[in-house]
Amino acid sequence: MNTMTTTPALAASPAPAAAPRCAPAWRAPTVLLVTGMAACALMPEQLGLLTRIFITALFVLSLDLVVGVAGLATLGHAALFGMGAYAAGIFALKVHPDPVVGLAVGIAAGATLALLSGAFLLRYQGFTFLMLTIAVSQILLNLAQKARDWTGGDDGLSGFVMGPILGRFDFDLEGRVASLYALGVLVVLFYAARRIVDSPFGLAVRGIHENRARMAALGTPVFARLWVLYTVAGAMAGAAGALSAQTNAVVGMDSLSFALSAEALVMLILGGAGRLTGALIGATVFTVLHHTAASINPYHWLFVVGALLMLVVLVSPARAWAWLRRRAGGVR
Amino acid sequence: MSTLLELKSLDKRFGGLHVTRGVSFALRAGDRMALIGPNGAGKTTLVNQISGVLTSDAGEIWLRGENVTRLSQARRVRAGLARTFQITTLAPHFAVQRQIELALFEREGLTGGMWRSVDAYPTLQTEAQSILTRFGLRAHAATASEDLAYGEQRLIEMALALALRPKVLLLDEPMAGVPKGDGDRLLAALDALPSDLAVLIIEHDMDLVFRFANRIVVLAEGAVLADGSPDEIRCDPRVRAAYLGH
Repeated sequence: MNTMTTTPALAASPAPAAAPRCAPAWRAPTVLLVTGMAACALMPEQLGLLTRIFITALFVLSLDLVVGVAGLATLGHAALFGMGAYAAGIFALKVHPDPVVGLAVGIAAGATLALLSGAFLLRYQGFTFLMLTIAVSQILLNLAQKARDWTGGDDGLSGFVMGPILGRFDFDLEGRVASLYALGVLVVLFYAARRIVDSPFGLAVRGIHENRARMAALGTPVFARLWVLYTVAGAMAGAAGALSAQTNAVVGMDSLSFALSAEALVMLILGGAGRLTGALIGATVFTVLHHTAASINPYHWLFVVGALLMLVVLVSPARAWAWLRRRAGGVR
Repeated sequence: MSTLLELKSLDKRFGGLHVTRGVSFALRAGDRMALIGPNGAGKTTLVNQISGVLTSDAGEIWLRGENVTRLSQARRVRAGLARTFQITTLAPHFAVQRQIELALFEREGLTGGMWRSVDAYPTLQTEAQSILTRFGLRAHAATASEDLAYGEQRLIEMALALALRPKVLLLDEPMAGVPKGDGDRLLAALDALPSDLAVLIIEHDMDLVFRFANRIVVLAEGAVLADGSPDEIRCDPRVRAAYLGH
């Protein structure tokens, strides 16, 4: 067995400092649940918008796992979202209208696509990875356009009616059930993401983001860890896609589009990548802006988003957080 | 003592450049071997071949009786090989204790775990803290490694490697770039290495090499020029002429 003698020079250590600790995994999801329910209760006329925010937040959360946590810049994340959306839509149309089973199908579809494409994509890094993710999503978009019998082509997939959730809660016209359903799935998956990021697995993935060579030298099977993470992110994006299909009762080609991937990345940058909560904030800010600014000026609303992006790039959310924490007297 | 690491005729080419040529030597438990030679002699390439960063074009690497020539870097680490880097290679934004914990999670095969919090392993946390105390870094447990002095970052490199409880340790210029004042803690860390560990050190500081090593391999143009005790190397006229400058 290895033994190590302590020499006086090494033993001369100053007073111990506090150990680093993670925040409890349930805290942020609980805040999300309470905030989301309060928003639904206080804005009954905006339930459609809130549902869209919850679904978008889930999609950006999935993107944050890949971009913010693992450090893999992707512009093809819509492929996973669209895969989940089409899988859930086709399942509802041809097999069974149960939303929860459909959600599971969407999750499985997103995860499967991530598993298969990740086996190839994750062998590359940086710009090569980025370009290949675009290629995968474009291939899928073309396939969806060609397979009109299954996807409805450019007309979109429609004609399916969702059954009641858990056999009890019918989707109502006001969108109350849909919004609470989307919020429920978001909260559960946010909690799961929080647990994963704070686990030894998550620490290893964040370590890969920080320094691949270091992690390899510690014995981390880098590819395997990233592959699992990408599959988990695929499952979450698939869940977001399935929710979108089920609550809108239609799946369009835009669910596989480059624009969706790019918008999600903009949302993540707006909210701050790598902390998960940033994904929720970015998705909310962007969707609300889209909703309000676009109704004021449908042609130039992106100016507002552009200005906000410049602001967060110049004053990064990380710096703003650090400043806020210092003001609140917290420690890093 | 038993042979822990054995290199058999290792070769590496980068295009037309033949960087290591038929390098063979063995390391036994407790060995303190220094690998010296001028810049461009192939020392770091050899360490990268041994650790698995680079695949070898020819030859074999045996680690504790197992042929690891075709194994991944991760598998070699699990077989008992650890290394440090010539240029500090850390997770710059991680708190120092987290980095050590990460090494411990890897050593224990726990980084596949996706649910339990990293804070729910009190035994490993205690071990990480005791490693930090041993290296005089306990006060910096919650500090990001990028905020530490360069010499302290070099200490973290060594702490990470030792946290893996290796049988063979490769140190690639551990003193490189460290100011004189900070060097003492690193020297103390070198002196305190476990006695049964086999250590291969690349170092340009000849005083340190002759103080630390009980065996020296001289590499020149990718091939072994001399292999012997410090006294033999010091007296070798070829080495004196080419590398020690006297």
